[in-house]
Amino acid sequence: MFRYILQRGALALAVAFTVSLATFFLLNVATDPAYAIAGEDATPEMLAQIRETHGLDRPLASRYFDWLGGVLTGDFGESYYWNKPVAELVASRAPTTIALALSALSVTILISIPLGALAALKPNSWADRFALGVAVSAQAVPNFWLGLIMIILFAVTVPIFPVSGDDTWLHFVLPAFVLGASSVPAVMRLTRTGLIEVMDSDYIRTARSKGFRGMPLLTRHAMRNAILPVVSVLAVQLGQKFGGSVITESIFAINGLGRLALESILGSDIPTVQMLIFVFALVFVAMNLLADIMNAALDPRIRIG
Amino acid sequence: MPMLEIDNLSVTLDLPAGPLHAVRDVSLSLDRGESLGIVGESGSGKSMSALALMRLLPRRARMGAGAIRFDDVDLGGLDDATFAGDYLGPKLGMIFQEPMTSLNPVYRIGRQLTEASVRGGKLTASAARRRAIELLDRVGIPEPEARMAQYPHQLSGGQRQRVMIAMALMMEPDLLIADEPTTALDVTVQAQIMELLEDLRREMGMGMILITHDLAVVARNVDRVAVMYGGEVVEAGDAARVLHMPRHPYTRALLGAIPRTDGPARKLEAIPGTVPSLYARPEACVFGPRCPQARPECQESVPPVRGDSNHWRRCVLAAAELRATQHAPEAIERARADVEEIALEAKGVTRVFRSRKGPFGPPHEIRAVDDVNLDVKRGEILALVGESGSGKSTLARMLLGLDAPTTGEILLDGTRVSDMAPMDRAGRVQPIFQDPYSSLNPRRTLAEIIARPLALRGEGDARSRRRKACEMMELVRLPDRLLHSYPSQLSGGQRQRVAIARALVTDPRMLVCDEPTSALDVSVQAQILNLLVQLQRDLGLTCLLITHDMAVVHQVATRVAVMLNGRLIEAGPADEVLTNPATDYTKRLLAAAPRFERDDAQTRDLAV
Repeated sequence: MFRYILQRGALALAVAFTVSLATFFLLNVATDPAYAIAGEDATPEMLAQIRETHGLDRPLASRYFDWLGGVLTGDFGESYYWNKPVAELVASRAPTTIALALSALSVTILISIPLGALAALKPNSWADRFALGVAVSAQAVPNFWLGLIMIILFAVTVPIFPVSGDDTWLHFVLPAFVLGASSVPAVMRLTRTGLIEVMDSDYIRTARSKGFRGMPLLTRHAMRNAILPVVSVLAVQLGQKFGGSVITESIFAINGLGRLALESILGSDIPTVQMLIFVFALVFVAMNLLADIMNAALDPRIRIG
Repeated sequence: MPMLEIDNLSVTLDLPAGPLHAVRDVSLSLDRGESLGIVGESGSGKSMSALALMRLLPRRARMGAGAIRFDDVDLGGLDDATFAGDYLGPKLGMIFQEPMTSLNPVYRIGRQLTEASVRGGKLTASAARRRAIELLDRVGIPEPEARMAQYPHQLSGGQRQRVMIAMALMMEPDLLIADEPTTALDVTVQAQIMELLEDLRREMGMGMILITHDLAVVARNVDRVAVMYGGEVVEAGDAARVLHMPRHPYTRALLGAIPRTDGPARKLEAIPGTVPSLYARPEACVFGPRCPQARPECQESVPPVRGDSNHWRRCVLAAAELRATQHAPEAIERARADVEEIALEAKGVTRVFRSRKGPFGPPHEIRAVDDVNLDVKRGEILALVGESGSGKSTLARMLLGLDAPTTGEILLDGTRVSDMAPMDRAGRVQPIFQDPYSSLNPRRTLAEIIARPLALRGEGDARSRRRKACEMMELVRLPDRLLHSYPSQLSGGQRQRVAIARALVTDPRMLVCDEPTSALDVSVQAQILNLLVQLQRDLGLTCLLITHDMAVVHQVATRVAVMLNGRLIEAGPADEVLTNPATDYTKRLLAAAPRFERDDAQTRDLAV
């Protein structure tokens, strides 16, 4: 098990390094940061000056290693826009987004797994069709639209929750629901198909032959097998919550990383954008590592080869 | 009073094409401590009957009218919860065909063994653990205590089946149902498991229902036999009487289709035709369409039950009217390999598989084939025998040029296989695989499948290819009308014929057949084996036949080579190796082969 985690960790590090390369070169080669800072009407002189003050006239490789060195020591550079260290900026906004992403994931899990299980226990029944209907609607409805409808319904018409902001946990209910809803179809379907397959398997037949049925059969024999692929997908979905926070945080005026990303893109704040992309990517890598470890913990065939 | 009484059990499957009557009016009974064998080919309804008894029928199946009584309690009157709590485990236990998948992969052996008896309140956790260790020891699992903490994937197939048996015995059931308990296992393991089951049954005084397609297994192990065909019991009674004095034409035909391991090889009595469609409920004899002795009245009504409770059958024929066999079994005349020409030669062939666990794991080496020297002579049928993991299929893949040896070389018609162009090689040697259900493209018609190798080689035009496909179908005795059918419309035996026709369409001089009959029923296996022998004789084909079944070897092979752990340990003429094996391993293989030696004299006497 320890060896397995070590292997996966090493792989994750390699991926993180590749990600850092991709992030840096995408922003510095595909676009000209000087243009981004100066705007469309910049004169060649202005551009040259901007390049000099921001060190953009140095070779790409040396700029990359400077940046990478900074990243490893926790120094992500100065924000052009806020004139603060980027790391500080991100650190101050991160807790809000982490809270939002985790509560969104909880919403996903609480809706999709019971719904998927309900659908799987009686395929093609009314419960199954209901679950499928929920999945299709959740898939079809755009996120921003769902957000607006939620605000109108539960903050304006029936004022249970606040319209916007991030001061209390009540502020997080609607955004978490909206952000979480987008992952419900994928996770629900996976739970359903996984569980249908497991319930038809030989070892479930064995458990039935020993007298197991109903809830104990589901929880003590089927669920752990069916949940294995779901764990991997949930990890990816959690990563997507961070990316998805850009839209949701804008709609609900939440001061998190998503909003920061939007503002720094609009403000052409390259160091901040660069760090945010890198951080979002790292979240994906870390979540996949976590999923691998959880799968190993749940499945002895991975743990003990 | 019998312990178990099944009266007029019916099971219907709701399929898109309509209701399929998988089990019809089956009545069986079993006394306490008695063993009953239910024999039949695939689709005969034998497993469905057992699953109905256990209330484990698949979702789309439903049980029709009929009653099941256990210790005089009508099980139909019990709700699912009562039945599961009071009967499944303490009264009825079951072990299944697939030991590899029948244990839950994510839980420890110990937990799976003990949970039911602890949950049911029958034993305390520590008592259950003690009993589980005892039982593991009893079923022959070494170091039972350590095994309790292991997971199923750490055990071999044979060990998993032993664990399954121990698990069923945890609750000391009055009746143990074993559904093809040894079919998925190697021959030597099969014999051990059957012996174990029989010993345990006597020890514990359990009743047992043994479901199998293998008459030889039944002949050794049960008190009474029920023969099922097309969802019905066609003959039943004392095992000795049913198997040695069969009174139903189907039972007789089935017995005639079993290859034997002694005496001169005789042509097997294949049953013509295929198993009936069970969509309709015929008011006639279910075996009628394939019966060599069918009469007009067989089509008019369900035949009456004849005989007494010790031995009865559903047939219009009186015992005296039965013919011993359809025709006297003819001896097989094999064209001897006339020249000592070597068709295929393996010289010092070794195949090593290297793998590592994860990108940084330690490298791991498996010598699947280890320094094998083997030659196949022109015109012979060479049987390559071995159990799973012996390397026989790996060797075959290399002989076909589908895989390359790590060291050593393979010569086909004197040329190195590795130097041959793929098309040239494919024109000389063709494979036939084990599973005819997955080795044919489901989206092509038979005409397309059979002519496909020609099209790939760019030989002839559409019309000549079609003609050639028809010729091949005639050669393997597939009726013309199937030309535009799809594989899904065919039976297993027909599919394997298509695979043979496809292999022969390019006129290769050699076939490599990897377990060509092990996925087929006995009566169909007989058809395919007869066909292979006939093709060898008529076309002078060379054939490498990979098999685990010594009876198949005896039936068709001229020479035999035995593999163990990647090495060739014995080779020689089939008669010699079978009658006088040189190595202990071959002796064990032969001893373990389930055999059923018909008493021909007795069978003939009956007819007189």
